[in-house]
Formats: sequence, structure tokens, C-alpha cells
Amino acid sequence: MLDLIVKKQLGEFRLDVELDVPQYGVAALFGRSGAGKTSVIAAIAGLLTPDAGRVRVEERTLFDSSAGVNIPPHRRRVGYVFQDARLFPHFTVRSNLLYGYRRVAAGERFISFDRIVQLLGLEALLERRPHKLSGGEKQRVAIGRALLAQPRILLMDEPLAALDAPRKREILPYIERLRDEIRLPIVYVSHALGEVLRLANHMTILEEGRVVASGTPESLTRRLDLEPLMGSAQAGALIDAEVVSHDGEFQMTLLRFAGGLLKVPELALPRGSRVRLQIHARDVALATERPRALSIQNILEGQVSQIDATQGPYAEVSVAVGESAIIARVTRESVHRLGLGPGTQVFALVKSVAMDTDAWPVPPAGMRDPSAAPAQSMSQAKGAS
Amino acid sequence: MLTPFESQALLLSLEVAARSVLLSLPLAVAAAWVLARVQFPGKLLFDGLLHLPLVLPPVVVGYLLLLAFGSRGPIGAWLDQVFGIRLAFTSAGASLATAVMTFPIMLRAIRLVIETIDSGLEQAAQTLGAGPLDRFATITLPLMMPGIISGGVVAFAASLGEFGAVITFVSNIPGETQTLPLAIYSAIQTPDGEAAAGRLAALSLTLAFAGLLLAELAARRTRAVLGR
Repeated sequence: MLDLIVKKQLGEFRLDVELDVPQYGVAALFGRSGAGKTSVIAAIAGLLTPDAGRVRVEERTLFDSSAGVNIPPHRRRVGYVFQDARLFPHFTVRSNLLYGYRRVAAGERFISFDRIVQLLGLEALLERRPHKLSGGEKQRVAIGRALLAQPRILLMDEPLAALDAPRKREILPYIERLRDEIRLPIVYVSHALGEVLRLANHMTILEEGRVVASGTPESLTRRLDLEPLMGSAQAGALIDAEVVSHDGEFQMTLLRFAGGLLKVPELALPRGSRVRLQIHARDVALATERPRALSIQNILEGQVSQIDATQGPYAEVSVAVGESAIIARVTRESVHRLGLGPGTQVFALVKSVAMDTDAWPVPPAGMRDPSAAPAQSMSQAKGAS
Repeated sequence: MLTPFESQALLLSLEVAARSVLLSLPLAVAAAWVLARVQFPGKLLFDGLLHLPLVLPPVVVGYLLLLAFGSRGPIGAWLDQVFGIRLAFTSAGASLATAVMTFPIMLRAIRLVIETIDSGLEQAAQTLGAGPLDRFATITLPLMMPGIISGGVVAFAASLGEFGAVITFVSNIPGETQTLPLAIYSAIQTPDGEAAAGRLAALSLTLAFAGLLLAELAARRTRAVLGR
């Protein structure tokens, strides 16, 4: 869906990024501020011209320095949601939404005004001016405006960074609906790991203008070497699971994931729902024998695959559990005392209550169905133009 | 209420001021945009040159206009030959002189507003499919309106009072170039003209003050529409 090479010297900063995102859905660019995330999407939009490289979105070349191709930004059909919304202050919300829409020929439109208004809950805001909107409302309008310009890809530059926590919780479900209903490729820039883990199908970590790692969030959260970049408080394996059953009496939910079964405090989701949750490394303990008479309910048998003991008194232990893996944070002393090493059989103890806060709907792993409506009208549009 | 002499001066002043604003407004919008958004070598010099009438003695401006646009001046002779436009000693020349003198006032008002416009809005319009002219017409220009309106009105009010450059360039001809301040000057020079001078001065004051109030009101109104 996205294939790019961007080389650019920006003063002292050197951007040298190569990226190939094969699947649809949300591709996240993650990294600290100043890592070059925004420059990468500015290059996709054409707001920044690389010194060398190429940008291809869905087989369409937007920039290629060797072939001398550089489509101007206003002809790229790239939706851009800026961190600071950037609504036009002299227009109403309705006129803002229609700004890009009116600039696309009727035959090339595949997202309707009514659908966006309904999807983003904008009905009550349409006649207002931007200065009468809250931060969260502004950002919703900005997302709607970008989508109504009928883009072939949507770029979101830290769309939640300027919002407080309640506003973030307000917007995230809308972004999830975009991902699942509009089925447009989305590049999502963020320095907040929680957002990325919740939304992304694919994740790229940038550091000082370079790609450090790229892959699914599940695979990257299991790599101990990436932990310093993700922030050690947030460390922990991401797990996609399915709701198996509910226990009404004790208000618990049973989940199945690739490594076995997990009990968590009750989730208000029907059986069969897919959820994504992160098991924080700090909430996992290890034992070399199966413990008895313990309050902890989740005991998963597995095998140590890797140990990273480079951080002060702590060690991160990666444990393969069935087809999956989880990460535990223990002390180096414990590693020594229990004689842990690659291959050791262990029992990972996961407190159920540790998982009660974050359980998200799983991003549809099914990349876009080529016969889905948007894809179809898009190819028609190409044929017509 | 007004004597023919007074109403002639008043109408002529309004006509000269209106034409002067119409002439300088598009140029001031363009110059303000260039100064706020484009980087080029010699920008400081260009900026200084545009503001020169603000600090130069008006009589010097009038003299320079006479050199360039007089009937024997290079530009004046060319305009006369090609278009049949005469500027020396005509009301058109009076408009040019006031336009040059009030240009910096207008420029400053417009530029102040442009600098408050987030250039990110133009980028946003770009990603939404708007080309350069489209962006200017739908985003930049409307957002410049408070500056254009207040700059235009203040320049209009100031045009009504322009004296030195006008009298030097186009002289003091009743019915052709004798605007309000020139008429006041003539009245003072005439024996028993104090009463007429006083009435004209009161008229001048009223117009100037009304202009300032109008500019402020218009600026507030547009700001309210833009929500800033």
C-alpha cells in the first residue's frame, strides 16, 4: 500500500527512511519527538520535497527523484489531518467539510457527506464556526474534512496530542470506526505507544531520522531490544484474543489467545468478540514450579526464549507460550536465583486485575477485501480520469 | 449649507481620495503578501523603499513625482504619448500623489493582518486540492479582509488631507486639483477668508474622525466574523 524512500538533509538533521508497508489498515509511525515522523508524512503529502527517493501509494508514484516525478500536493489526493486541526476560521463547519469535497469531480467521489457526518457525529456542529468548537470537535471536523476530499490515503499527524485524556478517549473510537468502515489506508504518526498499540496493524519505529524496526505491533512488543525506545513503563507483549465465555457470578471473562486461556475482569463484549490487550511486563511474575494455593488465576506454562539484563537491577524475560509470547520484568537477582536461561521451563503468573483497564477491539487483520466498495469505486475513478 | 467653493473642494477631495485608494489597494495587497511570505535578496531595501513616503518631506515626494511624471518626465511623457493620460496639474495627478503618500499606511495595516494568518491554513488548503490561485482567493484573501478594510478606510481618510505632495506635483487649481486642505490654504491666504477656512477645517476634522471610527468598526466586525 505504501512504499517509500525519503532522503533529506534538514539543517543538522538527516532523514533517511525506507519503508514498505504491504498491508492495509493503520500503519503507525512511532518515535520520540524529533525522530522525523512528521517529515516522513510531509514527504508523502508533498509538503516536503526529499533530496532523493520515491513515494508510491497504492502503485501510484507521487514522487520519484530519478524519474523526475513530483506531483504537486494539491493533485496528490492525500488526506492530511494536522495536529492543530487547521480549520478555516472564516468558514462554518459545513463549508470546511465541503472545501476538499467540492474540488473533486462528482464521478470520483466515493465517500459521501452524509456518511462522514454520521460516522463522526458532526450533525449538531454543521452551522458552527470553528472557534466555537472544543478541541475534540475541531479534530473530528478536521478528520471529516480530510476524508471528504476523497483521498487515496489518510495521513494523521499526532491527531490526539493536543487533546486532554477525556478528549482522546472521545476521538479514538471514531478513528477505529474509520479504520474498520471506510477501509482507507491510514498512516498514523504518534509518540504515544498506547494509541499505536490500540490502533495499528503495522508499526514502524523511527529514531533520529532512521527506521529502527518495522512489523506488526505484536511482534515488536515482544522484542526486548526495542524496549528503551518504547518506554520501559509501557513494556509488555501485545496479545490478540477472543472472548470465550463470561462468568456472571464472579464477573470474570475467559479469553483464548494463541498461548492458551486468560481470565480477566468482565468485559462488556459478546462471546466471539476479538480483543487486543497488553500484558505489561511489570505485572508478570515467573516460577520454575507450578505454584499452588495462589490468588493469581492465570498461570501459563512456557519456555524462556531470551533475557535482557542490561538495565540496572531489572531483567526482562521473554517467555514463549504456545504460539504466542509474553514478557516478564523480574529482578536480575531472581534470574540468578532461579537459574533462568534460554530454554528454561517456567510458569508465567499474570494477575487478572492487571488487565482490566485496556482491552481494545482488534484491528481487522483482514487487509482490505479487493472487492469492497471503496476499492471498486476507486478503480472506476481511475478508469474515468 | 456649503458654498459652491466649499462643496466643489469637498467633492473633488472625495473623488481624488477614492481613486487614490482604488489605485494603491491592489498594489498594497500584493506588496504586503510578498513582504510577509516571500524571501528574496534585497527585501530589506524593497521594504524601506515602500515606506519612504512615510518619512520623506511630502514636498520632496511631490518634486520627485514631478520629475518622473511631469509632462517632460520620462514616465509622464510616455503616458501622454501612448495613452493620452496627463498627470501634471490634473486631478488624476492629485490621486497619484495621495496614493503614493498613503501607500505605506495601507501596507502596514494589511501586513500586520497577514502576519497573523497561520500559513498552515494554506498548507491545509493545498492538501485539500486547492492550487495556488484558488488558495489565495479562498483562504488568504478573505483572511486579509480586516487589514484591507481598515487599511483602505484609514488611507481614504488620510488621502482627504494630503497637502504637500499634491500642491507640489499638481499645483492648486480650483475645480481640478484644489482639494479640501488646498482650499483651506487658499482661504487663509485670502483677506476675510478666515470664516471659510474655519468651516472647511471643521469639515475636514469631521471626515477624518468619521473615517477612523469607521475603520475601527469595520475591523471589529470582520474580526467577530472570523472569531479572533
